[in-house]
Amino acid sequence: MKMLKKHLWTMAPAGLFLVFVLVSVLAGFLPGKTIGKNFVIFFIQMLKILPCIFILIGLFDVWVKPETVERHLGQDSGAVSYLWALLLASTIVGGLYVAIPVAHALYVKRARLGVVVAFLSAAGICRIPMTLFEASFLGWRFTCVRFAISLPLVIISSAVIGYFFDKKKYTLPIL
Amino acid sequence: MLILYIVTILLLVISTCVSREKTLRALRITGKRFAKVAPAFVLMLALVSVALYLLPDHAIARMLARENKWVATAGALGLGSISVMPGFIAYPLCGILLDQGALYMVISAFSTSIMMVGIITFPFEKSYLGTRLTLVRNIASLVVAIAVAIATGLFFGELG
Repeated sequence: MKMLKKHLWTMAPAGLFLVFVLVSVLAGFLPGKTIGKNFVIFFIQMLKILPCIFILIGLFDVWVKPETVERHLGQDSGAVSYLWALLLASTIVGGLYVAIPVAHALYVKRARLGVVVAFLSAAGICRIPMTLFEASFLGWRFTCVRFAISLPLVIISSAVIGYFFDKKKYTLPIL
Repeated sequence: MLILYIVTILLLVISTCVSREKTLRALRITGKRFAKVAPAFVLMLALVSVALYLLPDHAIARMLARENKWVATAGALGLGSISVMPGFIAYPLCGILLDQGALYMVISAFSTSIMMVGIITFPFEKSYLGTRLTLVRNIASLVVAIAVAIATGLFFGELG
C-alpha cells in the first residue's frame, strides 16, 4: 500500500496506458493498436537486455568493495576518475535506460556525483558499438568532430554539476 | 548481445562457485530493484511507443529537411530530445537524410540529442537520480548538443 502511494504518479499513467491499449485492441481502434504494437516490440527488446544488466549490477553490489570504487571514482580520486567514467561508459550496451541503473550502482559504491553524471552523459556519446555504427553511416570525419567537441564539454559540465550539487549535499534516492 | 549473455552467465557461475550465499543475495537485490523501478520503466516504454506513433520516420525527415537551417537545427534538437531511438534505427535514418541533402549540422543536432537528452526517459531517470539532478543533467546535455551542432556546422563549412 505504501509502495502504491509512493508510486502513484508513475503507476496511474502507466496503468491508464495499459487500459487504453487493451480497450483499443478490443474495440479495433487503429492508432491504439499501433501504439500497443510499438510497446510490445520495445518491451521485448528491453527484456532481452535489462535482466542481464540488473543481475550484473546485483553481483557488482555484493562483490565489489566500496573502497575500490571510492579510490578510483570517489571524492579524492582526481581527474583520472573522469577518464575511468568515459571508459566505463564506452562499454555500455543499449542506451540511457541501461546506463542509469549502472550510474546509480556506482554512486552507491561512493563514486562522486560529478563522475556519475559524466558517466551517464558519456554513455550517450561514446558507446563503442554505437560509435562504429555512426561512423559507418555518417563518416569518420563527422564522428571525430563530434567526439572532439562533446567529450571535453561533457567532462567540464559534469564536474561543474557535481561541484554544485555536492556543495548542496544533494543525495540520490535510495533504491 | 550474445556477449552480454555469456558474460552474465559466466559471472553468475563463478560467483556461485565462490559463494552461494553472496550470489543469492545478489539475485535478491536484483529482484527487489527490478520490482521497484518497474512502474517507471513501463511508463517510459509507454511514452516511447506513443512518441513513435506520433513521430514516424517521414515526419522526422520533413522536419530535418527544412529550408532554413536554424529552424531545421532547432527542430532536430527538439525531436531528438523527445525521442529515444536505438542507434541501429537512428544512424541509418541519419545516413539516408544526409544522402537526401540534409546538413551535417542538423544531423549532428538530431543524433547527439537523441543519445544524450531524454525527455521520455525522464520518469525513469528521475527515480534513480532525483528530479533536480535529472533536470540539470538533461539541460546540460542539451547545451552540449547545441555546441556540437554548431561546431559540426563550422567544420563542414555550412555556416558561411
